This record gives sequence, C-alpha cells and structure tokens, in this order.
Amino acid sequence: MDAIETAPPALNTDINQITKKSKARSRLIMHGFLIFFGLIMLYPLVWLAVSSFKPSNIIFSDTSIIPRHFEWQNYTKGWAGVAAPFKIFFKNSFVVATLAVIGNVLSCSFVAYAFARLEFSFKRPLFALMLMTIMLPVHASLIPQYILFNAFGWVNTIFPIITPKFLAVEAFFIFLMVQFIRGIPRELDEAAAIDGAGPIRIYFSIILPLLTPALVTTAVFSFLWTYEDFLTPLIYLTSIENYTVPQGLRLLQASRGASTWGAMLAMSLLSLVPMFIVFFIFQRKLIDGIATTGLKG
Amino acid sequence: MSITPNLSKKQNAVAFLFLSPWILGFVFLTLGPLMGSLYLSFTDYDLFTAPEWAGTKNYAKLLGGDPRYIQSLKVTFGYVLFSVPLKLGFALFIALILNRGLRGLGIYRSVFYLPSLLGGSVAVAIMWRQIFSYDGIINHFLWNYLGYDAPSWITNPDYALGTLVLLAAWQFGAPMVIFLAGLKQIPQDMYDAAAIDGARPVQQFFYVTIPLLTPIIFFNFVMQTIGAFQAFTPSYIISDGSGGPADSTLFYTLYLYEQAFTDFQMGYASAIAWVLVAIIAAATSISFLSAKYWVHYGDEN
Repeated sequence: MDAIETAPPALNTDINQITKKSKARSRLIMHGFLIFFGLIMLYPLVWLAVSSFKPSNIIFSDTSIIPRHFEWQNYTKGWAGVAAPFKIFFKNSFVVATLAVIGNVLSCSFVAYAFARLEFSFKRPLFALMLMTIMLPVHASLIPQYILFNAFGWVNTIFPIITPKFLAVEAFFIFLMVQFIRGIPRELDEAAAIDGAGPIRIYFSIILPLLTPALVTTAVFSFLWTYEDFLTPLIYLTSIENYTVPQGLRLLQASRGASTWGAMLAMSLLSLVPMFIVFFIFQRKLIDGIATTGLKG
Repeated sequence: MSITPNLSKKQNAVAFLFLSPWILGFVFLTLGPLMGSLYLSFTDYDLFTAPEWAGTKNYAKLLGGDPRYIQSLKVTFGYVLFSVPLKLGFALFIALILNRGLRGLGIYRSVFYLPSLLGGSVAVAIMWRQIFSYDGIINHFLWNYLGYDAPSWITNPDYALGTLVLLAAWQFGAPMVIFLAGLKQIPQDMYDAAAIDGARPVQQFFYVTIPLLTPIIFFNFVMQTIGAFQAFTPSYIISDGSGGPADSTLFYTLYLYEQAFTDFQMGYASAIAWVLVAIIAAATSISFLSAKYWVHYGDEN
C-alpha cells in the first residue's frame, strides 16, 4: 500500500494498468472454469438427448456427441410402450399435475389470507403448527393415510394424490403466500372495508389479483413436483392404465432387454420435456422463489 | 381487536371458513395419521386383519433383530454424511465465483440450477444408471483416455452408493441460488471497512463473507439434511427397487416402503417411520443447538 501511495504518478498508472490486466485475466479464467464446469454438469443431459436418437445396439459403443443419423424408432417404440402406450401415462400425469396446481393455488391462498390478514382465536399456535408441518417428513403419515384412503376405496384412483393438495397439506406454499400478502399494503384492504366490503370480497377483489406472482410460483412448483413424484403414484396407482409417466418409465426399465435401451432413454428424455419447457418459461420465477423462501429445489 | 364479542364471533367464523381446508387436512391427513402410525407402531398389522397389540416388539426388533434395518441406517447415514457436505461445498464454491460480478450471471445460474430441478425424477435416475453402468459413458472415458478398466459402478456394492452421492451433488443448484441471494445481502460497506483496515481478499473472505453467510449456511444445511434422509426415487430406480447390490443402496425410505407396501408389515413399518421422525428431529435439534456456537446473527438483532 505504502509503495503505491508514494510512487510517482507515471508508475501509479502503470500499476493501475497492471491490476486492470490481471483483473481481466482472472475474469477470463473464471469464465473459462464456469463454462467448463457447466458443460460437465450438462453433459449427462446432452448424452441422454443424443443417445435417445441412436440405435439401441450402438448406444454404448458409440460415444460421439453427434449422432450419425437420427433413429426415430426409439421414440415410436417407446411411445407404444410395453403394456400400455405412453400417451396414457402422459395424459394421467397431466391430469394429476393440473388438479394439484388448482388444489394448491386455491387452498393455500385461502389459508394464507386468513393467517396474514384476519383475526381469530388461537392464531399464533395454529400458525406455529402450520410451520412445523413444513419440516415433517411425509413418511410419518404415509401408512395411516394409505389405510384411510384404502378404507374410502380410493386406492387405484387419483384422489389420494390430489386430495392433500385441496386440503393445503403442502404448507410451504401457505408460508410463501403469507409472506407475500404481508407485503401488500393494508390500506387497500381498509379502503375496501370502508366501502363496505367484507373479508370474502376483499380476498377475491383485492388480495387474489395482487397475489398473482406468488400464485404463479406455487403453480409452477406444484406442477413440477407432482409431475415428477414417484412414491405417491407407486403406492396408490396400481393398474397400468392409471400409471403416471414416472411409473411408465419404471415399467419400461423393469422389462428391459438390450433392445429396449433406446426406447427407455427416448421416453426418459421425452418425460423431461414438459419440465424443460416450464423451466425455460418460468426460470426467473423459479429462481426467485427458491432464493426468497428457500423452497427445496 | 373487536369491539363486541358478537363481531369477534363473526370474525372467527369467516376466518375459520378460510382456514377450513388446512384444518381438515391437518386433522385428517397430518395429525390423525401421525397419531395413527404411533399407535400402529405398537401393533402387528397386515392391513387385512385387525391390528394386534404387540407392545414394544417392533421397536425391539429395530434395535437388534433386523440386520437389513441396521444396513438401511448405515446406508442412509453414509449418504447424508457425504452428499450434504459435497452438495453444499459445490453450491458455496460456485456461488462465490458467480458473486464476483461476472457477465452472464443469469445464464450460469440457470445452467447450474437446472439439474436440481430435474434431479429427483425417474428419468434422471435412469440416465444416471446408464452413465455409470459397466459399459456406460464414464467407463468409456476412463478406458479411452486413462486406460483404466473401471468396475461396474452400479452393480458393485463398494461403489453403488457413491453414484447416488454424486447424483445428489450434481443437484447443488438450489442451495447455490440461496447462497447467491445471501451473498447479495452482505453490504459492500463491510468489505470497504475491512479493506480500509487492511484486510486482504482472503481475510475478507474468512472474516466478513463466511461469518455473515453462516445463517444461510445453517439454513441450507438443515434443509438439505432433512431432505437427504428422505431420498427415495434415486435408490429405487438405480437398484431396480431392491436396494441392491447386496443392500448397498438400501435407503431408509426404501426399506420403509418395502416393509409397508410389499410385505404389508404396517405395524413394523410404522415403527420405522416414527424412528425416522425421531432421527430427523434429533438431527435438526442438534443443528439448532450447535448454531449458537457458529452461526452469526447480527449483534444488533
């Protein structure tokens, strides 16, 4: 430090130039490292995409990234499936995921509005209970839930999967929305209340429209998590025509012979496509949602 | 808050109308089942005949009479112990580089985040299984470039769990995003003040960045640990639903699933589930107790 301060002006600018240069160089190194590391991270996905277009018998022997010709057979074969076509699995998955989105958005926004804006008895202990359920592992209630749904005759239907969403069981979405509603100015509610609006009118005409960003975050995560969930369908959906996409993939995996590698990889990639699309459309929302609430990824 | 008790009643009625989905869910799908599985854990129950009281038999079996259960504990603790630090290490390392004000931050962040969005899916587990199989791409590289005839990672009991740890580490993007948000919260004044006091970048890192980031490190650590104990899909797919080879990937939740839904030992499986709750509660409590020794919450707050 001292040397720089006492150095003549000419030398000073030299040093500035040198530090500028070394900064530029360290930036270049960092970019180089990040690009290299990013490529390694993405490599498995690229490999999956490329391999899904290769004939089954050369998937492993041919390691090149560029396929010599596109083998659509993997897709047609995979799409036909082993016991039922993937069309059915995709349809089932989209139905379940869409209902999960509707359920979470409706139920969690109701509950969040009550916690954020309304006064009621036992508010603090109930809020604490709600937060505690976020940390609770699903396995703790899994077996009695199964017994309950089994008693309802709901095994092999989608009700065990979507009912929890309509009953706000995924409490982190409540928490997300409570945080968001607290940021909406109370003056808006109060003005509406003076005009004679009750809590229900205020919810629908003031809070719900302003809550849209949090609703979108909730919808996106609900869709993705329900779409990729394997454990719940595995337990509840028992006949093949009710399977979701992850179960369809598992079926393909279980019946594999060397000739079905290609089909399995093709369907695996296809099953990721809806997630890619959601990711590209909503990446800002996803990343902001994670950054602000620490939702699991 | 209310002027008349009457109004309060009405307020309560409206509020509980809004709360009703959650209350129903909490009573019937969370609290009730929680109590139910606690009761079942003291019974023999196969779903088809009424539960029979078994006292502490199930718990006694967990403690010594079931080698596969002990194995599932070992596997799961091994997985948590290696995957969580590895994942958080990558997350913090990359977040620190990304926080240097480089161009293209958004693109890098998306690229690194993408795997943690897809990573829990069956498709990615299938992909991972192929990549690490004997004739998979990893071994092709090792053979072609290093001349190393590597084992079959997936079917070798010594390495199978390692591939699952790597799959977890590959998904470091979500904690990385949280670290990045935390790093952005550290005021530039802190660094300026440290620089004036003569702190070099390395010292700034250890005396400014790390202490101010400890709440975020703590948060990520707790959340990732809780999540890691509950991992299921990767081990199910990579081991073909068996936890093999030689039970080396028999995750806790996989054994729970097997006991409950393939063997219909619902009483025993409930005991397994409750021990998981206890383990996660204990791990979380220990983390919180340790927090006062290393987590730095600003002095004034």
